Amino acid sequence: MAEKDKIAELLESTVVVINVGLEGFASDLRAQGIEVVQVEWVPPAGGNPKLAALLSKLGS
Amino acid sequence: MEKIEQANQEAVRRMLAADPVLVDVIPASDAIPDLGDRMILHAGPPIEWGRMCGPMRGAIAGIAVFEGWASDLEEAETMAAEGAFRFAPNHDYDAVGPMTGLTTKSQPLMVVENRAFGNRSYCAINEGLDKVMRFGGNDAEVLARLAWLRDVLGPAMGAALRDLGGIELKPLIARGLSMGDEMHQRNVACSGLVLRALAPAMAKTSRDPGLLAEALGFIGANDQFHLNIAMAMGKAIMDPVRNIDASTVVTAMSRNGTDFGIRVSGTGDRWFIAPVEMPQGLYFAGFTEDDANPDMGDSTIVETIGLGGFAMGAAPAVAGFVGAGSAADAAIFTRTMSEIVVGENPEWTIPALDYLGVPTGIDIRLVVETGIAPTINTGIAHREPGIGQVGAGIVRAPMACFEQALVGIAEELGIA
Repeated sequence: MAEKDKIAELLESTVVVINVGLEGFASDLRAQGIEVVQVEWVPPAGGNPKLAALLSKLGS
Repeated sequence: MEKIEQANQEAVRRMLAADPVLVDVIPASDAIPDLGDRMILHAGPPIEWGRMCGPMRGAIAGIAVFEGWASDLEEAETMAAEGAFRFAPNHDYDAVGPMTGLTTKSQPLMVVENRAFGNRSYCAINEGLDKVMRFGGNDAEVLARLAWLRDVLGPAMGAALRDLGGIELKPLIARGLSMGDEMHQRNVACSGLVLRALAPAMAKTSRDPGLLAEALGFIGANDQFHLNIAMAMGKAIMDPVRNIDASTVVTAMSRNGTDFGIRVSGTGDRWFIAPVEMPQGLYFAGFTEDDANPDMGDSTIVETIGLGGFAMGAAPAVAGFVGAGSAADAAIFTRTMSEIVVGENPEWTIPALDYLGVPTGIDIRLVVETGIAPTINTGIAHREPGIGQVGAGIVRAPMACFEQALVGIAEELGIA
């Protein structure tokens, strides 16, 4: 099946979304009646690059 | 890093191998020989008079009068401001104390011995739930109760414990978890179990039926009597975990009403400190969050060993008491804390969570990586001295403590 057809088929079927991270995207979709599975995720060390680098060295 | 993983496994091995036993109640001057005149041990990391919160100052004024170092509260405060007293953390002297947590030479201290490692830890007897010194109370009623603890209950408990040969605490905690306690804000079951163990020996060793009835009545009327025992136990479990090279396991969390401090095994007795946070919770009738003092006390040693907020799933009733939500929410707290620890405790399990062991060995790397700070169940003190407890809630350990500790352990390992 061509790439284009796959996308068309996806959009014609019932959309189920897995949202990773910021919950605002999930809330907006739910408000439109779309089923959403929310995955809580934040970048390691809250996105602090210095601490993330240390964590990498310390092997967490 | 393999070295850290091995060090943390050793830290948890020592925690699980601990054998804490409540063995005695003795005067603080006997327990801690270095505790001299005009010396006051307090909760939390080091702090000087000028930065202390209201309840801490109120308690210090009261204890100075109790010890006979000042004739009244006003003189005590003047002396404190002039540097007449020496302040030091309980944690530096094998001790812990709830809320203000003051320890001075003539108070009776409960002794918990970790028989697996031979160390001892100390905590004063819980004063009850009314106006008390741990919440900054300092009037005549508060001081009279301290004198009664020193002269009546302390000696009576000490004699009974010596007669019993001690009370083993590991199995007592296991039973308490199955009876709905988390051992920080709910100690109803464990307090009852302690009373049940103590009462026959106290009856046997007492020579005065009237005082015996007073003593038993006091313990029986205090749902939080066991908290101070759990705290001394926590200190006795964690002290042998200190100073394991490269370990990132937290050995103490503590707060003085101004600062929150943590200690980590691989960095020894160094404190990593950040401003303490305000508990979020429920207030007793007539009080609001405007009345609340920031978080305070050494009682977070209970969370450090996997109880309190970490064992919330065992105590659905406490979730409501501290405003943390439903029974289902209580389980979520425990499962969330499982994400920031090295392992679980197979001897301390939670029936309602399919016998999940309490989360054990807080790893600062996991705290920083996930952004999940330890959850603490806590009492809330009034910000003014002398009023007492105004509510109960939950508070998070400040993330900044763990971030600093991460840098500290990296420096220690030469990789910062």
